[in-house]
Order: sequence, then structure tokens, then C-alpha cells
Amino acid sequence: MKTLLLLTCIYCFTLPLVAQNQSDGSIGGNFQIDVQSYSPDSLIGAQNVPEKVRSNAFLNLNYTKGNFSAGVRYESYLKEILGFSPNWGGKEGNAGIGYRYARYSNDDFDVTIGNFYEQFGNGMILRTYEERGLGLDNALDGVRAKLTMAKGLQITGVFGKQRSFFNVGPGIVRGIDGELLVEDFLKNFGDNVSILPEGWRLRFGGGVVSKYEQDTDPTLNLPENVLAYNARMTFQAGGLALDAEYAYKINDPKTTNVNTFNSGRALYVNASYSSPGIGINVSLKSLDNMDFRSSRRSQLTDLVLNYLPAVTKQYTYRLLTLYPYATQPNGEIGIQADLLYTFPKGSFLGGKYGTSININYARVHSIDSSRNLSDSTAIEGNLYNTNFLSFGRRVFFDDINVEIQKKWSKDFKTNFGYMRQYYLKELIELLPGTGAIKTDVITSEFIYSLTTTKTIRIELQHMAAEHRKIDADGNDKEAEKDPNGFTISPKLDNNNGSWIYALAEYTIAPQWFISLFNEYNYGNEDPNRRLNYLSGNIIYVKDALRLTVGYGRVRGGILCVGGVCRPVPASNGFSLSISSTF
Amino acid sequence: MRTMFLSISFMFLSLCSVKESHAQDNVKQVIPSASIKNIKGEKVNSATITNDGKPILLNFWATWCKPCIQELSNLSSLYDDWKEATGVKIVAVSVDDVRNSAKVAPFINGKRWEYEVYLDENGDLKRAMNVNNVPHSFLIDGNGKIVWQHNSYAPGDEEKLYEVLKQVAAGQEVTGH
Repeated sequence: MKTLLLLTCIYCFTLPLVAQNQSDGSIGGNFQIDVQSYSPDSLIGAQNVPEKVRSNAFLNLNYTKGNFSAGVRYESYLKEILGFSPNWGGKEGNAGIGYRYARYSNDDFDVTIGNFYEQFGNGMILRTYEERGLGLDNALDGVRAKLTMAKGLQITGVFGKQRSFFNVGPGIVRGIDGELLVEDFLKNFGDNVSILPEGWRLRFGGGVVSKYEQDTDPTLNLPENVLAYNARMTFQAGGLALDAEYAYKINDPKTTNVNTFNSGRALYVNASYSSPGIGINVSLKSLDNMDFRSSRRSQLTDLVLNYLPAVTKQYTYRLLTLYPYATQPNGEIGIQADLLYTFPKGSFLGGKYGTSININYARVHSIDSSRNLSDSTAIEGNLYNTNFLSFGRRVFFDDINVEIQKKWSKDFKTNFGYMRQYYLKELIELLPGTGAIKTDVITSEFIYSLTTTKTIRIELQHMAAEHRKIDADGNDKEAEKDPNGFTISPKLDNNNGSWIYALAEYTIAPQWFISLFNEYNYGNEDPNRRLNYLSGNIIYVKDALRLTVGYGRVRGGILCVGGVCRPVPASNGFSLSISSTF
Repeated sequence: MRTMFLSISFMFLSLCSVKESHAQDNVKQVIPSASIKNIKGEKVNSATITNDGKPILLNFWATWCKPCIQELSNLSSLYDDWKEATGVKIVAVSVDDVRNSAKVAPFINGKRWEYEVYLDENGDLKRAMNVNNVPHSFLIDGNGKIVWQHNSYAPGDEEKLYEVLKQVAAGQEVTGH
């Protein structure tokens, strides 16, 4: 009897596997395993890690059959690699199913139950997403339906609770969003019905999100249902595009906005023009009190419901990422202009292989309001006045960047860049007394192909940094120094002063990458901290498999992937990473 | 003991049959259905991307990814010849989120690239195709099967890719990768 039961169980368990392969169903997935060892290194300020070795890993499995799909992700944080939130691993490490879903979709509707990632418009009222490299995952857990009501009209509805590490947050999130493509929608009334000239496109959209969370506060009368909505439009004609979105959120007092009863607003406008060889993009973003979360008590990146990207250029060269701007959800106004031009091949500047030039300018100010920016701990009477769309007096960030890429011959290519930046550290990182930093950075990159598959790449970068004091009235002043030349104000961190960076990489396509790089903080005011951060990597790639082995010192700083950043502490040790798609 | 033996034999048999049927079925997957946007920002179902029975090179990239830009720049100078020889269509799926997605169209034009470009702002297609990092390329044959894929980019990767592409265009089995 026992045997029979066991056999039945095994049969039941294995049958679906067999069955699935006899039909068109398919299984795919990916995985990544990161292992990092930590050696004590008091010079760079590396934390003491009692486990010595830590690891993050995940594996996704997706099953698809026709219109049906389902999947799970297993995640482990044993314990989490430094820089990830300590909530991932907890005290003793954590592992389990972090994501699972089932979905059915056809041409008219698409239903998902379980975990899902969704974005309404530009994400200013709702965006759930994952950035595995940074340990961010605020997926909703619940149900989502997308319906195509008529040609050109789509409605999305969601109900769910938000993921918070291996749990869900306390709030319930409800949302509905619609998008109307005017020209397509008019086709419902006849093939020739149109209101716009040929090639012009107009789109409208709007969404509403409401978060429910019980009010248990003994003193304040807090709204249990917090409503946010947006309205948006996009217009296109030839190479011209105009995109605008306005979002509003009712009063939502909580930890991150110092319990203000003000409502929140945000406006984002983007205009672009492009034709072959030229691309221009200009954007404006103004926001006031738009931090939106599914829990009033959550902080940092936990349980964030919306996405407010920085209107600044996203850099990848190492020294350019030393001081990355982070959006100030409690209030900022910023502009950005970007120009990309490629000189035609054969022209004087274009040469035989073409030359590209990219110029980017970004500036972000405080929003003009009665809030005391220097004291973020309290707001008098829990209310303040704002002139929305007015530039405030404080400059958070100012940045100009020019990059020129030129291919000189079939085998040789260069990229040169220059950046001048002003970064108001004490307000961006909420570290009073740390003042501001002015930097000038020069970057250069040389790519030389020895053969069709063997290439050498060299990067050289230099950053000249000047630390500025901000006085009690918010004015930018020269740093105050003692008679020995040491800075008294602003307060300096371990990575202060000027830097130089060099990288050499040798690649053998399509399989090997060998790289060595060094960052040298030669301008540090403290002679004992004029340190070298030397690292090396060997990467092996076979189709979708990627194996990375590295060793070296990592300077503490801010790591950005996609549009999001997280602080990474200094460390020293071996690293190993394996990832693949199957 | 006997129970255990029976169970193991049975499990083994079941798994063998899985393996066997898997071997017969080389169809991995077609481009899955996910909600992405075309370059005008209009929603498109990724499953509708086709190339009239000719190969598609599906490349995941981002405006902030240096190796991606290097790869697409290098492919750009080869694209006309490749199209003529194999009929391939290059589809570049940008995983830029809203911070940079409005810059994608000016970027493509500014670079004089002639790819069919889509925006995967929230990573729906990236997730559906199990992509970890960019750049990641998939070569899809005329029947919608993924016959080759590659993660990362080193200059010269296109040599290998072109070999595979020629095999695919000629309807041959892809070998040696």
C-alpha cells in the first residue's frame, strides 16, 4: 500500500514534466550567483564581516504554454553582499521564493495573479520594478488585469500589497490607468476617420492610485486612503515629440516628509527633436512632496510606490559616478538639455568613419518654498507654502558634459570627455556640514584592435575636486582652513580631494575579458588616505553563460544601475559571479 | 528497500522520457508576449515582431551601457551588407527606464542607426526572455526559434555572430557555438 502511494505520488509529480514536453510548452529561466570575500582593511574603512564570505543568488524559472505562463524566482541572501539592505539577510541569512506569478494573455486581455511589475505613465504615481544588482524589488503581490476595450484604448487595473524583502508591506494598493491613442481609436468608427495630418500622433492617458493603510497614530489624524492621480499626453509629428505628465497626491503625512499635511505635485515635460545625425532632448521636472509609499513608516528604498528619476545625465565612466545626483522627492526643480550630433562620414570632421559629439547640461534647484532645507527634522505646523514651478535659491546640482567619439581607422577608436559639476552634498545626501563639491573631470578611452577578435582598451580619467563650505544662510563659500592648511569646514569624508583612474582591458572575442584598474585618491587631504584601489577581473563568456572572477579593493561610493543608485561600502577581497540564461 | 528501488527506477524512467522528448523538441521559444513600446511610445505586443520568415537579431541595450553602444555602432556599419546577404533584421530593445527612455529616439537618430527600436521601460520583455544584464543578443531563425544567444560584448563578437547568422539564413543547423 505504501509502495503504491509512493509510486502514485512520484507519477503525479513527474507526469506534468513529461506532459509539458509533449506539447509546445517550454521552460526557460536565468540565474546569477555572486560570492564576495571580505578581508580586513582598516585603511580603506572596510567593515568587519564576521562571515568572511557572503553570497547573493537567484534563479528564475518561467513556464510558457500558448497564452499561459507562470514562473517563480528563488532568492538567497547568505548573507547579503555589503551594500544591499541588511533586511535581505536579516540576522542569520534568508532564502526562499521571492516572486511567483501565473499569467494568461490574449489579444484582448491579460491577467496576472501573484507578483507583477507595473508602471502607469512615467511612473510618478505607480511603478513597481526590480533592480537585482542593487537589491531593489517592490513588486506588487495581488492581481492585475489589462483590457483592450477598443482599438486604441487600453485599461489596466491593479490590486495588491507591496513586497518588502521576504514579506509584504502593510498597505493595500489599488490602481487603474487608461491610455488612448487618438488616431487608432478613431479607426473604430471607420478606416478613413482621422483628425490629424498624416504621420501625426496624439496620445492621452490618466491613472489613479489609492493606498489604504490603517491610522493608528495616537496624535495625528492621518488619511487612511491616500489618493494620487496623473494626467498625461504625448504629441508626435515627424521627428518632433512632446511628452507631458502632471501628477497630484493628497496629503500623506509620514516619516519621509516629516509629517507634512501638504499635498504633493509633480510635473514632467520632455521635448525632443531628431533627424538622421541629430538628436535634441530638453526636459523639465518640478516636484513637491511626491514621496509615495505603501507604508508611512518605511524609509530609504523600502515600499516605494512611484518612480521619480533624476533629470541628470547617467554616467558610466568611473570617476564621473563619484557624485551622482539623487532626486529629492520632497522638492526640486530641474532642467536638462542633451544634444547628440554625428558628423557625416566623409565630411571634414566626420572623417572616413564618422565622429559623434554629445553635449549635456543639467541643473537642479530647490523648489521655491517656505520649508527650512537646513533643518529636515521638523516642519512648523506641519504645513508650508510652495511656489510650484519656481526655482528656489539653493542649487542642488549643476553639470555640463561634453563627449567626443571618433573612429580613426578600422582598428582604432577614441572617446574624450570633459565634465564640470557642482554637487551640494549636504542636502543631496542629507549630511549637514559636508558642504558642496566642485569637480572637473577629464575622461579618455582608447580602443585598439590588434586582430579581428583581440582588442586592447585603455581608460584614463582625472578628477580635480574642490570642497566648498555652505554657510548658515545657504551661501556657497570657500572652505575654511586651519593654519596648517587642513579643512575645518566643510566636513570631509574619506574619499575627499582629487582622483586619478586608469584601466587596461584585453579582450579576446567572443570569450575572454581581462581587466586591471586602479583608482588613486592622490589629492586626499590626509596623507595616510592617499590610497590606491587596485582591482582585477577575468571574465569568461560562453553564449549566455558569464563567469567573473575578481580580486581587489573597492572604494566606498554610490553604485548606480539603470536609473537607481545605492551606497556601497569599501571592501577588499575576492569576488566571483556566475550568471546564465537558459 | 524494494520500495525505494522501485521508486528510483520509476523516477529515472520518467526523467528519461522527459529527456528524450526534450531532445526531439528543439523549439526553445519564440519572442514571448510582453507589453513594450515602439519608438513613438505606443504600446506593442512583443510577440508581433516578425521578419517575414527571415532571421531577427534581437539585441537588449541601454543608452547608459558603453559596451552596448559599441556593439550597436559596430553592427551599424555592417548592417547593410548583412541585410543584403542574409535578410536579417536587427531589433534593438532599449531597457532604459523613464529617466532615459525619452532620449532613446534622439539617440538612435543622432547615431544614424537604422534599427527597429523598442522601449522596454519596465523590463517586461527582459524578464520574459530571462535576460540578466545588457548587452544580450538573441538570434531568432525564420521559424521564430532562438538558435543562438550571447551576453556581453567584446569587439570582434560580430565575426562569430555573422558565421552563425549565415548558417541560419541558409537554413542550416547552428553548430560550433
